[in-house]
Amino acid sequence: MTELLSPALILVVSALLTGILRGHWRAALILLAPIVTLWAVWQVPDGVMATVSFLGYEIEPVEGSALRRLFATIFAIMAFAGGLYAFRHARWYELAAAQAYAAGAIGVCFAGDLITMFIYWEMMALFSTIIVWCGGTPAARAAGIRYAIMHLLGGIILKVGIEGVAVHTGSINIQPMLASNFDTWMLLIGILINAAAPPVSAWLADAYPESSPTGSVFLSAFTTKTAVLALILLFPGEPILIWIGLYMVMYGIIYALLENDARRILAYSIVNQVGFMVCAIGIGTQTALNGAAGHAFAHIIYKALLFMSAGVVIYRTGKTKCTDLGGLYRTMPLTTICGIIGALAISGFPLTSGFVTKTLVSQAAVDQSLMLVYFLLAAASAGVFLHAGIKFPWFVFFQRDSGMRPKDAPWNMAAAMVFLSLLCILIGVFPTLFYQLLPYPVDYQPYTAGKVVFYLQLLLFSGLAFFLLLPLMRRTRTISLDTDWIWRVALSGAANKLAKLFSDLGIRIEAQSSARLIRLRDYTGQFFGTHSKHKDSQDGHPFRSQPIGQTALWIAVLLSAYVLVYYL
Amino acid sequence: MSDSPNESWLVRASTIRLLWRVSIVVLALTVLAQLVVKMKGYFGIDEWFAFAAIFGFLACLAMVLVAKFLAIFLKRDENYYNDGLDDD
Repeated sequence: MTELLSPALILVVSALLTGILRGHWRAALILLAPIVTLWAVWQVPDGVMATVSFLGYEIEPVEGSALRRLFATIFAIMAFAGGLYAFRHARWYELAAAQAYAAGAIGVCFAGDLITMFIYWEMMALFSTIIVWCGGTPAARAAGIRYAIMHLLGGIILKVGIEGVAVHTGSINIQPMLASNFDTWMLLIGILINAAAPPVSAWLADAYPESSPTGSVFLSAFTTKTAVLALILLFPGEPILIWIGLYMVMYGIIYALLENDARRILAYSIVNQVGFMVCAIGIGTQTALNGAAGHAFAHIIYKALLFMSAGVVIYRTGKTKCTDLGGLYRTMPLTTICGIIGALAISGFPLTSGFVTKTLVSQAAVDQSLMLVYFLLAAASAGVFLHAGIKFPWFVFFQRDSGMRPKDAPWNMAAAMVFLSLLCILIGVFPTLFYQLLPYPVDYQPYTAGKVVFYLQLLLFSGLAFFLLLPLMRRTRTISLDTDWIWRVALSGAANKLAKLFSDLGIRIEAQSSARLIRLRDYTGQFFGTHSKHKDSQDGHPFRSQPIGQTALWIAVLLSAYVLVYYL
Repeated sequence: MSDSPNESWLVRASTIRLLWRVSIVVLALTVLAQLVVKMKGYFGIDEWFAFAAIFGFLACLAMVLVAKFLAIFLKRDENYYNDGLDDD
C-alpha cells in the first residue's frame, strides 16, 4: 500500500495542517515537513513502484529514477528554504498554498503516467494562482486571473494531447517521444506554456512580480522547472526545442535590459535561464540532459536567492522600481552580499554553481559540433551577466543614493539567504560531488585553465561594457509591450467595440419593437374596439413589459461581455 | 561626488578612481593570461588572442543596442495597462 503513496502527499498533509495549527507548531510544521519529504524522496527506488487500474488505464503514482529524485530533491530543498524565508511574514494561506504548490511539483517528479502527471500539474496551476493573489493588490488580482486563464488554457491543451496519445497509442506511459503528430504537438505545447516559451512568455513577467515578497520566492522555483523535467522525460532530443530555447534566452535578456521593476528583471531572467535548459533538451545527448537537469537544480537555488534579496528590499522599503531604489548597501550589507552571490551564480562565474552547470550545456553543443548554438549561448552568457549579474545588484544596492536607510533582513530571511548562498558556492567549488546526483555518468571537468580564462574574459568584459554603456541604460518609468498586448489591449478593445455595437443594436431594436408594438396595439384596438387610436394611449402595462424584458436581456449580454473583457 | 568624509567610502571619487584602475588591471590580466594558458578552441576562432574578451564586449554592445532599438516600439508609460485598474 505504501508504495502507492507519493512523497508529495507529505506536503499535502502539511498544507492542510498549516491552516489548523498556530504559532510555534505551525512554524515547526513548515520547516520539518520539507525535511521529511526530502527523506521520503530518497527512499524512492528506481522504476515503477506499483500500478493500479483506473478506468482501464494503468496508473503509476510513483516511479523513481535519478532524474526524478534530483528534481524532487531541489523542490523539497526549496520548500524548506522558502518556508524558512516566509514563515514569520507570509499569511497562513500563502504558506499553505506554497506547500500544496511544492507538493504538486514533487508529485509531477514521481508521476509514472500522464494522468497522474496531469493531476499534479493542475494542482500546481491552482495553488500558484492563489500565491499570485496573495500579493493582495488590485494589480495582483488581475494578474492572477490572467495567470490562471493562461495555465488553465495550457492545461486544456495538455489534456487534449494526453487524451490523443492515450487513444491512439493505448499507452499513458511517460516515455520519450518526438512532436510528430497532433497529439504529441498538443502535449509539447501544453508543457511549453508552463515553461514560458514563446509566444506566451509574457505570463511569467506579468504574474510573478505582482505576488508578495515571499510569494515570488516560491513562484520562481516550481512551475517552469517542472516543465523542464517534463520536457526531459517526454521530448529529449526534439530538435525544435534548440531554437525555442535560444529564442527564450535572447528574449529574456532584451526584456530584462529594458525593465525598470527589480523583480520583473528577475522574472525575465527566469525565461532566459529556462531557455538554456530547453535548448539543452533539444540537443538531447546525455551531456546535454545532464546539463539541463543540473542547470535547473542550480538555477532554482540562485534564482530563489535573488528573489529573496529583492523580497527583503521590498519588505523593508515597499519599493520595487530601480528608479526608486539605490544605495541600499549602506544599511543592508548581508542582503547585498547574498544578492551579489546569486548574481554571480546566475552569470556562471567560476566557483559558483552556474559555472559548473551552464558549461555542461555549452559542452553538449560543442560535442555535437553545433557552432552557432555554442556561440549564441556564449553571447547569452555575457548577456546574463549584463542584465542579471550586474544590472540587478547595481540598480538596487548601488547606483545613486536613494536616501533610504532600511534595516537589513530579519533573522529568518537572512538565514534562508545564507543557506542558499552557501549552496551556490558549495556546488561551484565541489562540482564532482554535485555531478554524482545527475541522471547520467559525467565525464566532464569544468575547471580547466582554458575554460576559466575564457569565461573570465567573456564575463569581465561584459562588465566593462555595462559600465561604459551605463548612459544608454538609464532607467525610465516604463514597461515594455509583449505579446500579451494582443489579449490585454487589442482583443479586449475589439470586444468592447463589439459590446458597444450590440448595445446600440439593442437600443435600435428596442425602439423599433416599441414602435411596432404601438402599431400592433392600435391595430388590435381597432379590431376589438377596446382602445381608441390616440397617441397618448401608450401606457398600457401589457405592452410595456416586453421592451423591458429585452432591455434586461441586452444588459445581461453587455454585463457578461464586460466581465469577460475586464478579466482578460 | 565630493570627498566628503561623511559619505560612504564606496562612493568617494578617490575610491571610484581606484576601482576603475584595479578593474582595468584585472581585465588586462585576464587577457594576458592567454599568453600562459593554452586556450582550447572548439571551432577555430575561439582560440584567437583575446577572442572571448572582444566577443563578450561586442555581444553586450549588440544586445544593448538591439534593446534600445526595440524600445522605440515597445516602451510605454508604466501605467499603460493600469488605467482601467484604478477605477476598481
